[in-house]
Amino acid sequence: MSGGWRIPGRGAEIDRARPLRFRFDGRDMEGFAGDTLASALMAAGVRVVGRSFKYHRPRGVMTAGAEEPNALVEVIEGPQQTPNVRATVQELYGGLQARSQNRWPGLSFDALAVNDFLHPFLGAGFYYKTFMWPRQFWERVYEPLIRRAAGLGSLSGRADEGEYEKAYAFCDLLVIGAGPAGLMAALRAGRAGADVILAEADTQLGGRLLADLPEIGGQGARDWLAGVRAELAALPNVRVMTRTTVTGAHDGGTYGALERVGLHLADPGDLPRECFWRIVAKRAVMATGALERPIAHPGNDRPGVMLAGAIPAYVNRWGVAPGRRVVIFGNNDSALSAARALTAAGIEVAACVDPRPEAAVLEEFPVYRAAQVVGTRGRMGLHTVQVRHAGGLSEVQADVLGLSGGWNPTLHLACHMNGRPQWDDRIAGFVPREGMVRGLTAAGAAAGRFSTSQCLDDGARAAGEALAAMDMAAPEVTPPAAEDAPYGIAPFWAVDARGRAWLDFANDVTTKDVAQAALEGFASVEHMKRYTTQGMAPDQGKNSNTAALAVLADATGQSIPETGTTTFRPPFVPVSIAALGAGARGKGFAPERRLTSDAQTRAMGAPMIEAGLWYRPSYFPRAGETTWRESCDREVTMVRGAVGVCDVSTLGKIDVQGPDAGRYLDFLYTGRMSSLKPGRIRYGLMLREDGHVMDDGTCARLGEGHFLVTTTTAAAGQVMRHMDFVQQGFCADWALRFASVTEHWAQFALAGPKARDLLNTLLDQPVSAESLPFMACQPVSMAGVRGRLFRISFSGALGYEVAVPARYGAALFARLVEGAEALGGGAYGMEALNVMRIEKGFITHAEIDGRVTAFDLGMQRMVSAAKDCIGKPASERPGLMEDGRGQLVGLRPVDPSDAIDAGAPLYTAEAPARAASWQGHVTSAGYSPTLQGWLALGFLAGGRARHGEVVRIHDALRGRKLMARVCDPVFLDPEGRAMRG
Amino acid sequence: MADPSVTLTVTGGADGLGLPLRHGDCRLTAQPVATASLIAPYPGRVAACSAALAALGLAFPAPGQGLSAQGARIVWAGREQAFLFDAAPPDGLAEHASLTDQADGWARFLLQGTGAEAVLARLVPLDLRAGSFPQGRVVRSLLGHMPLLLIRAASDAFEITTYRSMAGSAVHELGRAMRATAARG
Repeated sequence: MSGGWRIPGRGAEIDRARPLRFRFDGRDMEGFAGDTLASALMAAGVRVVGRSFKYHRPRGVMTAGAEEPNALVEVIEGPQQTPNVRATVQELYGGLQARSQNRWPGLSFDALAVNDFLHPFLGAGFYYKTFMWPRQFWERVYEPLIRRAAGLGSLSGRADEGEYEKAYAFCDLLVIGAGPAGLMAALRAGRAGADVILAEADTQLGGRLLADLPEIGGQGARDWLAGVRAELAALPNVRVMTRTTVTGAHDGGTYGALERVGLHLADPGDLPRECFWRIVAKRAVMATGALERPIAHPGNDRPGVMLAGAIPAYVNRWGVAPGRRVVIFGNNDSALSAARALTAAGIEVAACVDPRPEAAVLEEFPVYRAAQVVGTRGRMGLHTVQVRHAGGLSEVQADVLGLSGGWNPTLHLACHMNGRPQWDDRIAGFVPREGMVRGLTAAGAAAGRFSTSQCLDDGARAAGEALAAMDMAAPEVTPPAAEDAPYGIAPFWAVDARGRAWLDFANDVTTKDVAQAALEGFASVEHMKRYTTQGMAPDQGKNSNTAALAVLADATGQSIPETGTTTFRPPFVPVSIAALGAGARGKGFAPERRLTSDAQTRAMGAPMIEAGLWYRPSYFPRAGETTWRESCDREVTMVRGAVGVCDVSTLGKIDVQGPDAGRYLDFLYTGRMSSLKPGRIRYGLMLREDGHVMDDGTCARLGEGHFLVTTTTAAAGQVMRHMDFVQQGFCADWALRFASVTEHWAQFALAGPKARDLLNTLLDQPVSAESLPFMACQPVSMAGVRGRLFRISFSGALGYEVAVPARYGAALFARLVEGAEALGGGAYGMEALNVMRIEKGFITHAEIDGRVTAFDLGMQRMVSAAKDCIGKPASERPGLMEDGRGQLVGLRPVDPSDAIDAGAPLYTAEAPARAASWQGHVTSAGYSPTLQGWLALGFLAGGRARHGEVVRIHDALRGRKLMARVCDPVFLDPEGRAMRG
Repeated sequence: MADPSVTLTVTGGADGLGLPLRHGDCRLTAQPVATASLIAPYPGRVAACSAALAALGLAFPAPGQGLSAQGARIVWAGREQAFLFDAAPPDGLAEHASLTDQADGWARFLLQGTGAEAVLARLVPLDLRAGSFPQGRVVRSLLGHMPLLLIRAASDAFEITTYRSMAGSAVHELGRAMRATAARG
């Protein structure tokens, strides 16, 4: 390999027989199958992988895991790009294209690195202090500027076309993390027969074992892992989910988890990119391990400075050396172990710097005890480490500096339900308390137990406890013997020396920023976080949290436990919105409801509009018609002059049966339904409990104890819920039941003077005006198919609605359209339907918008004085029946050439169009070819007493002004002769 | 007068949706609903309904239960509701329960294959493991955002019933989940 960064004989996870080409910042490079992008870049000798958030400083790979703060890149796939991808998580595939972020024009020369020289001015609170005035500058000037200068990756600006999925999983025991503790927990619970899900964020099982390769039970770690992997795979009750990060602990034992499904493949085929899981578990074991923390010292952000524990990971997992000469700077024994492991791998350890005065010095490499790193050199990559020790100041040549300030148990999930962890002096870190999340137990390093042996034991213990809690027998297990070295640590957070020492690499927060926050009074940890932005970057403080607390504690003179932590919230790692909303893009947002006439309607060229979830035709264009208005006018004229057919199946149909059905409907409707005779129909209003109109529709009595309630399309679900509520809440013991039959019946309106002629071409027994009068219904038969016939009209024309079981809907619609066309009519859509109901002053939810009362509609007489009903007492509250309220009126333009828009506000003729002189609004409007002009319905203050008055309509939104005359809301045939004929 | 040559042809709820659908070992087929009556006993009449249903060898099912006998089937369908499939309601039942014909309101599918449980895990928010949802068990839930009556027909097969008007969306969503599940191998 170029530069020879690969180490022969190391790197069990890469396949040297399968080289993969990839591209970074336009440069072609090569890695191996099994590499992460970070390990491949390292092997290609790339040291600078990104620029920092604020100061645009060159940055290199710092970690070997999901906590990576520096190596964030954009992954490019065709026209799409995914920003802020952690190179340490992204697996390499052939043809992978990645780009560094937050630099211009390039990574090696970034013009905005000028910010770094301005750092004395850009500390914590800079934005708040500087960009306060002039106030209007914030949105237009400052924010865009700041966003350009400070930031992470960029978006493509296109909608994400990738496939994502969401899924549910259920288990007895969820084991989170497959290191030694998680594996033992899964093994024990799996052997006990429990349904186990083992979720591991990494590509394979093992956790730290993969990096440290300790001996377990007399075997090499990899051999032991192979055995465990095989046993788990053979257990049918154990489901192993790799590449799956548990992102949140939620109520009721529910855990969110993000699985990377196809993101590691050159050709994922039909695989989604990611899957967001909701895992419901009776119990959970949090075996999430621990995250190493860096030490804040001047110049600790240079490319080449990384976590000590990450170095053996790169060496042992991917066979790549991060550098040729390494300095280790750590305050705990794990740092020393890392140095020994590197020496064993043939990497030169130039020095091990330990601030502890008692540190052992008999090693194969120089050890500086009671020493500190006080500075580094090398702008585009580390080349010198400055060490301060008893003998003075030394300069050590090194291209890698491994930091270890100790380990923080990865306890984030335990805190997701507002629990607070406790400080443990033994490990100088926070550990979870029992019971922070119900049913979740921490085990192993996540509980502050760090040796391999402790982890194995603790995993087995946690599984045993979980099994006992589920009343399942827990077979005894003897965890294998493994290293059990004590974990020695002396707290050490920040080096006291001149120069900027970074805490939060991702957001460019230094120790000075934290001290400055405390000085300015932002001394509480939550205030310090928000003032400095520490912990608010994509890594959410995983690398900086405890050290920042320690620095704050020092600045405020408090202890760390007194200072406390900020709140860890879900998600633990960044989760794409696309995964959370998987399947909801475009039409996936809501199901489509299609009519039985849908195919023919579309074939006739009708544009469809949504009504609730239904798709209904707007109009049926015919040859020569170029605008919707032409079609609509023709359809209205067709109905008024001949016959039209319209699919009205979307209206809610609720079948009510039982001896108490009439009594129940009396309670539900404002009017009385129990007095209806079988075979008759009545129009009714339903009120909400608060006295406002909920819905209107017809109620047909099909038999003695059998009614059919119809609702508007939009309110069908609401009415059904309301009826359920009323029945269960007020009259649960009445003998009645109801069911929605909306879907079962296809129903068509036939309207116009020739409606009966059309109908009788189909009915096996014809009807006459007398045999089926207006507002009557009867069973019918058409070509042997049994249906229902209702003589009702929403157009004001002679009208029928005929219903058949939905399987016959398509055939009946075709037959009706054909028949209507033969009679000089045809199909009509929603536009014509709307115009005709406005002509008649019939209301829809444009009028009954939830704020109006029966009084406002002029329908107070429909509220029976002789009985009670839902909403009646509330409708009698003061103010709901006042003359000054908006009342339903009709409106016609004074100048017949004027048009009216729905939604336009009304003002008195003389008053200016101001809020103070607002008089009401237009609810519906349409052009009536029948009356040769625009008609509108609206609510006007005291409107019923103002018929004949001229009002001003000033629609500022659409720039339309006109004068209109107030009239009765029924424009056409007020006596209803046509529909009764 | 009625034209005697007119006939009304039947269109099934799943017609024109491209079924059967196959991805991997999973197969989605239409299962036409011949007859379906929703039976809702009036308060306190469950036992009387069971007595009337005995004529078919059936009883009113407990929550989550499905029963079949002599080619007829009754499945629980919600609070004090059950669907009677493949038989006319027996005499005397209407006295104790509301009966509504629902045969045309629903589209029914059979999803079969070893991956069927995994496919539904992408759309149904319930624990469908065989131990929790054994063969014959019935549940009302959601298929994505759609109303669902779900029956475990066999260890590797589920009967999926949803609104007829939503059948197109249901097949689309199921197909999508089947494709993604099959891709995992």
